Amino acid sequence: MNQGKRSLAVDLGGLVVPTPVMIASGCAGTGRELAGLVELRKVGGVVTRTITVEPRQGAAPPRISETRSGIVWNTGMQNPGIDVFIGAELPAWGKAGTPLIVSIGGGTLEEYVRLTGALQGQPGVHGIEVDLSGPDDELERPMLGAHVDRVSEIVGAVARMSLVPVFAKVPGGIDVVPIAIAAARAGATGLTLTGSPPAFAVDASSMRPTLGAGAGWLSGPALKPLTLRAIAEVARALPRMPLLASGGISTSLDAIEALVAGATAVQVGVAVMIDPTAPVSIAQGIVAELKRRSLLSPMQLRGAMRTAEATAT
Amino acid sequence: MKRVRAEILSTRTLGAYRSLTLVAPELAERARPGQFVAVAMPTDRDFILRRHLTIHQSSRRGGWAGTLEFVVDPAAGPGTAWLSDLRAHETLDVIGPLGKPFAYPKRLTNCLLVGEGRSVAGLYFLAQELTARGKRVDMVIGGATLESVFKPIEAKRLSQLVTVMTDDGTLGERGSIIDALPGAVERCGAEVVYAAGRPALLRAVAALCRTRKLPAQVAVEERMGCGYGLCGTCAVPVALKDGSGWDHARACVDGPVFNPARILWDRWPAAAASADGADDGSTA
Repeated sequence: MNQGKRSLAVDLGGLVVPTPVMIASGCAGTGRELAGLVELRKVGGVVTRTITVEPRQGAAPPRISETRSGIVWNTGMQNPGIDVFIGAELPAWGKAGTPLIVSIGGGTLEEYVRLTGALQGQPGVHGIEVDLSGPDDELERPMLGAHVDRVSEIVGAVARMSLVPVFAKVPGGIDVVPIAIAAARAGATGLTLTGSPPAFAVDASSMRPTLGAGAGWLSGPALKPLTLRAIAEVARALPRMPLLASGGISTSLDAIEALVAGATAVQVGVAVMIDPTAPVSIAQGIVAELKRRSLLSPMQLRGAMRTAEATAT
Repeated sequence: MKRVRAEILSTRTLGAYRSLTLVAPELAERARPGQFVAVAMPTDRDFILRRHLTIHQSSRRGGWAGTLEFVVDPAAGPGTAWLSDLRAHETLDVIGPLGKPFAYPKRLTNCLLVGEGRSVAGLYFLAQELTARGKRVDMVIGGATLESVFKPIEAKRLSQLVTVMTDDGTLGERGSIIDALPGAVERCGAEVVYAAGRPALLRAVAALCRTRKLPAQVAVEERMGCGYGLCGTCAVPVALKDGSGWDHARACVDGPVFNPARILWDRWPAAAASADGADDGSTA
């Protein structure tokens, strides 16, 4: 255990990232904004905001409402569409010097196939994250990712086509294990657990929904226990699967808890909105914990949780 | 843009508001009117987002060199209430200056500055810079009541003609700023209009300037998440410059100062509703 060099690098099913702390989808701007705020080379990786085939203007403002230890938000997946993304934003990300995972979203199987095709062979794309939080336009269901049949179909198609690792982002607020198993069987390299659960905010003074879109999603520290539960359950069901904990991770202690519960890496979102250097300081906190425990890699923390059966005497 | 830990030099009560002056030379030397700072909240509370606050004063020279001042409404929410209770020598984690500032007119000279409540704070910084460039400055300011009109004496000092409007008539005239606008434009011979405030007020300014063919710039207020372009939540609907349609711009990096002729007010729900903004919601 004392031989070798201590390293923060973790292997996400073939994609080796320099630290286990990445920036979650939707909190990294367009590739230019973060440059002056954080040393991107010290960030484990960046997931882009979700890109769709066609440009989306997104939801009407207001798009954010603060709640206790969290935010309720809905940007309506605003993005410039895959063509403008590849032409204008991908080159900026290429210069950032951090692994880039492109988040793709849509409402039909065809859209996911076209997005994967467009990203195929693009330099600077190290992975694809499949966002499944949108409505299913073909089967007219409120959320694609809530159904095993569609998750298998879409993740399977993306995984077969993609030349880079594919991470399926399991939606929040649902029973995650069957969806996680379906995505794994369909060929996902790893799983992001979880997307933001659905939420709502009311403005009592105007007696209207606070958000322009009406409904929204919950993010922020309030989510951590939900994320830990999802990680712990899926880690038990799929012990070899790389798991990325997303939701409520804002300190190095949160990140260590997620690793111990079974995550391979973590994604931070709201924490970056508050402190752009959070991915670096969280990674430093993980190093300190490894030193304290005389460990050489965060992989040694992964799943180190003692179960109730093991600790019972 | 810089991130600093800034010491509070002094705090003051100004009517219904609290003003905080920070020692922040790196920010003060860069700051321009219309820009804002993002102030971190304490990490052990349940209100978590940075508060986005318009820069009220930034001193590069003189006895106050290297200081920067912003103004909060203690009643707006838990974040501004916390800021209001801070005292000198405490420190804050501040990122700034952020956003696009107001531009100064090159040729035109008569500038009318319009704002309500705390939103006026940024316009005083603008008034100083305009006056230093030899421009004439007039103002229309107001608030619900005497207490919520921000520094009316300062307004008189900084400008030629000041129109003060309050809902209850406790200071100046009774009525809304919007009612006073056409008269003020006439009296001052306004050639350029600058405004800051709620979307409903900015919309009225935009409509007046369109009919009178006056150039204008408005500093918008919209709920922000980060303040530096990461999260895409502070959306403002704008016409694209190439005329090919519209999109949501980000108030934090594409604004907060916009040409009001580009804003699509019908697509901005807050510009239609008479929102009273009784929440600090992390807006600038």
